Amino acid sequence: MSARLDQLGLAFVAVLVAAAIVVPLMSLATATNSAFYLPPYLVQLLGKYLCYAILAVALDLVWGYCGILSLGHGAFFALGGYAMGMYLMRQIGARGVYANPILPDFMVFLNWKELPVAWWGFNWFPYAMAMVVLVPGLLALAFGWFAFRSRVTGVYLSIITQAMTFALFKEFFRNDFGFGGNNGLTDFKDLLGFSLQSAPTKAALFSASAIALILAYAVSRAIIASKYGKALVAVRDAESRMRFLGYRVENYKLFVFVVSAVIAGIAGALYVPQVGIINPSEFAPGNSIEAAIWVAVGGRGTLIGAALGAIAVNFAKTYFTGAFPEYWLYGLGLLFVLVTLFLPKGLLGLALRGSEPKPREVISVDAIEEGAEP
Amino acid sequence: MTSPNASRPGAQGFARRFRLRVFGAIGVLALLMVASTARADAVDDTLAKFLDDKFPQAEAAIGELAAEAPPQAQAILEALGDNRLMVDPADHLVAYKTAAGALLNAKTGQPVAGVDPAAFKKVRVNNALRRAIEGAMGSLTLANPDPEKRIAAAEDVFRTHDAKALPALQAQLAKESDARVAGALQLAEASIMATSDSASPQDRLSAIATLKERGNEDAQSLIDGIAQKTTDPAVKSAAESALASIHTRLAMWRVAQNLWYGLSASSVLLLAAIGLAITFGVMGVINMAHGEMVMLGAYATYVVQILLPPSLQEWSLALAIPLAFVVAGAVGIAIERLVIRFLYTRPLETLLATWGVSLILQQGVRSLFGANNRQVSNPHFMSGAFELGGLSITTNRLWIIVLSAVVFIGLQLVLRATPFGLQMRAVTQNRRMAAAMGVSTARIDMLAFGLGSGVAGIAGVALSQIDNVSPNLGQGYIIDSFMVVVFGGVGNLWGTAFGALLIGLANKLLEPLIGAVQGQIVLLIFIILFIQRRPRGLFALRGRAVEA
Repeated sequence: MSARLDQLGLAFVAVLVAAAIVVPLMSLATATNSAFYLPPYLVQLLGKYLCYAILAVALDLVWGYCGILSLGHGAFFALGGYAMGMYLMRQIGARGVYANPILPDFMVFLNWKELPVAWWGFNWFPYAMAMVVLVPGLLALAFGWFAFRSRVTGVYLSIITQAMTFALFKEFFRNDFGFGGNNGLTDFKDLLGFSLQSAPTKAALFSASAIALILAYAVSRAIIASKYGKALVAVRDAESRMRFLGYRVENYKLFVFVVSAVIAGIAGALYVPQVGIINPSEFAPGNSIEAAIWVAVGGRGTLIGAALGAIAVNFAKTYFTGAFPEYWLYGLGLLFVLVTLFLPKGLLGLALRGSEPKPREVISVDAIEEGAEP
Repeated sequence: MTSPNASRPGAQGFARRFRLRVFGAIGVLALLMVASTARADAVDDTLAKFLDDKFPQAEAAIGELAAEAPPQAQAILEALGDNRLMVDPADHLVAYKTAAGALLNAKTGQPVAGVDPAAFKKVRVNNALRRAIEGAMGSLTLANPDPEKRIAAAEDVFRTHDAKALPALQAQLAKESDARVAGALQLAEASIMATSDSASPQDRLSAIATLKERGNEDAQSLIDGIAQKTTDPAVKSAAESALASIHTRLAMWRVAQNLWYGLSASSVLLLAAIGLAITFGVMGVINMAHGEMVMLGAYATYVVQILLPPSLQEWSLALAIPLAFVVAGAVGIAIERLVIRFLYTRPLETLLATWGVSLILQQGVRSLFGANNRQVSNPHFMSGAFELGGLSITTNRLWIIVLSAVVFIGLQLVLRATPFGLQMRAVTQNRRMAAAMGVSTARIDMLAFGLGSGVAGIAGVALSQIDNVSPNLGQGYIIDSFMVVVFGGVGNLWGTAFGALLIGLANKLLEPLIGAVQGQIVLLIFIILFIQRRPRGLFALRGRAVEA
C-alpha cells in the first residue's frame, strides 16, 4: 500500500469522524428552515450509503487483496440483516396487528402456535448481535473450508458463491422456512427502546454506521499491512507459487473470507433498521454482483476506493432511478462494461496513477505460470 | 345403430315429400306411424310419457330413449336438459325449441306447423332427471360411429358407474369391433358390476379383476369404495388386493411420469447450457449475458410470428430457428469483439462486464418490446398432448427433446468433423500450443463465442414454446445453466449432456419428495459440495494446461 493511499486513508477516516458528528448536528440542532438542515430521510439515505460502503470494503478485502471475487457477499449482508430484523421483530411485541406478545405477525397469520427454535433468544440484544456476527461468519467458514481446501478458484468460485446466495434467496422465499417468506420482516418499532421513526435515532444510526465503516476500514487496513496481509497479496498474484513455497494457501484465504463475511454481516445489521425492512430480494444474485461493481468503480485493492465507489454508484442510482428510471439500467450496464474495460484500477487507481512505482512486467509471470488465475 | 334405422331415410323422405301438403302436424305424425315399423310406435309411446309432465314418467322416458336410441334422442335429451323441451298435451305433440327459437317436432326433427306455439308448455326438470339425462346421453354416445366419442362415452359411464347404462353398454360391447373401444367398454362394465350389490359375487370378482388389471386413479377410488362398503369377505379381500396392485402400478407410472418431466427439464437445460459450455470451454470465461442470448432467441421467434401471415404460421419455427441463431450469434460476436476480447487475461472482470452487457440487453428489449410478456403461439403440430400407457406426454416438450438431441448431435459433428471444430478443441485443450501450431486463436474465440451464443438463441426458440417471453426470460435459466457446466466440466460436450440430464432428472424426482424449491436447494448444495471433490467438473480435461 502506497504512502499516498495511506494519507488518503487518514483523510477518509477524518471525513467520516467529522460526518459522524456534523450530520447529527445538522439534523437535530439546526432549525428546519436553515440552509444546513438535514431532514431525517436524508440522514437515513446517507446512512444506507455508508452500510453499502462497509459491504464494499468487505468485498474489496477478499477481491482486491486475495483475488477471490465473491458474487455472494450479498448473502452475508442479508444474513446479518435478518439477525437484526429478528431482534426488531421481537421488539414489536404486542404492538403488532395481531397483538401477540410472543409471535411476530406473520407467524400468527400462518397460524403458528409456538416460536420456532431459530427465533429463541432474539429478544435479547446481545444474543442478536452475536448472531449478526456468527451466522455470516460460520456460513463463510463452512463454505470457504470446503471451497478453498479443494482449490476451487477463479471463475468457478465466483459461480458457486453465486449459487450459494441463489439457494438462500430461494429458501428465504418460502413461508415454511420461518423468516417471513417473500414479505420478509418489516413494521419495526424500536431499537433498544428508541423509536426507529424518530430523528435522533436515525442520526444515531448514521453515526453508528460511520463508526462501523471506520472500524471496518481499520481492521482491513491492519490485516493488509501485517505480514499475513503480504502473504495474502502474494496468494492473489501467484497462488501456485505460494503453495510450492510451503504456505497453506487455503488457511490464508479462509481467514480473510470469514473476516470479510463478518464485516458484511455487520453492514447488513446496520442497514436493516435504517431502511425498515429486510426481505429475500437482498439475497438476489444481482445485488451481490452490483456490490462488485461498486468496488470496481472505486478501485479494488484500495479499501477507500471501494467505499467511495459504493457511495458514488448508489448516489447515482438514487438520482437516476428518480429522474430517468428507464435509463438507469443502461447506465449501470455501461458502468460495468466501461469500468472493467478502461478503468481496471477504478477511479482511485486513476487518481493515484504515477504515484506508485511502475509494476514489473506482469506478462512474464503469466508466461511461466501458465493457466494461473490472473 | 340398430337395424330398424334402415327405414329411417325412407321415412324422412316420405315426410319431406308430403311436407308442403296441407296436412296438419297430427296428420304427418299419423302418416309416419303408418310408414315406419313398430319401432316408431315405441318412440311415440316413449314421447307420450313427457306429455303428463310428471317426473317418474319423464325419467322412464329418458331411460327408454337411451335404450332405444331413436335418431332424435340426443337432441331431445339435450333440449330437456336445457329446459327447451315443450309439450302440447291437447294435440299430443312433443317438440323442442332450437337455440334460434324454431319449434321442431321431437320425433321427426321437422318444424312444427299448424299448431299455435302458445299451446306448448315447458317440460319441468329436477336434479334427479338431470342425472338421468346425463347417464342417458352417456349411453347414447356409446353407439356413436366415431370410436373416440365411444371411448369418451365409456369413460363417462366408468366415472358415474350408473347401472342404468349397463344394457346399452353390453349391447355395444357385443358388437364392438375396435379393440380400444372394447377395452374401455369392458372397464366401464366392470365398474358397474363391481359396484353393483345385486350382481353375483362371481361377476363382481371378475369385474374387480378387470379393474385391477387396467385401472387408473379413478378405479383406485372406486375399488377403495367397494372395499370400504362391501360385506362379502371374498369381494372385500379381492378389492383390497386389487387396490394394492393398482397402487403399485400407479406409483410406477408416477415415477415414469416424473422421469419424463425430468427428461424434458434436462433437454431445456441442455439447450440453455451447451452454448455456455462451448464458450467457457474454449475461452475460460463465463458469459453472464448468456441468458440474454436465450431471451433474444425467444424474441426472434415472437418477431417471426408477428411478421408472418397467418397462413404460414405453421412454418414460423422453421424460420425462427435460423433467425434466432443468426441474431444471437451476431450479438455474441459483437460482445466478443467489443468487450470480452480485451479481458482474456482477467476472467473475473469478464463476469462483471458481461453482466453489464446483460443489463443493457434486458433494458434494450424492454424499451423495444415493453416489459410485459409477449404471446408466442405453438404451431399446430406442437400443441396438445397424448397418452402413452399411464403417461401423459405434451407434444411441445417432446419436440424440445428432439430439438435438443439434434442440436447436441449437430454440435458434436461440428466439433469432431470440421476443421473449425478441430481448431476449437485444440484451443480448448492448450491455447498456447494451438497458437504455436498456427491456429488463429482470436478468430476461433470469436467464432466459438458466436456459435455458443447462436445455440443459446435456438434454446430461446424452444423456451418461447413453454415459457413466458419476457425480458427476464434468460435470468431464470442462467444459474441452472452455470450449474450444469460447472458440474459437467468443460471441454467435453458429453459432460454437459450428462450434467443436464442428472440435474434435470434429480430436480424432478426430488420435487414430489420434498417440494420444488427444496429440491433445487438440495441440488445446489449437492453441486457446491460436489465441486469440492471434483473442482473441474465431472468430465474434466486432464493435462498440464488445465492444472492451475
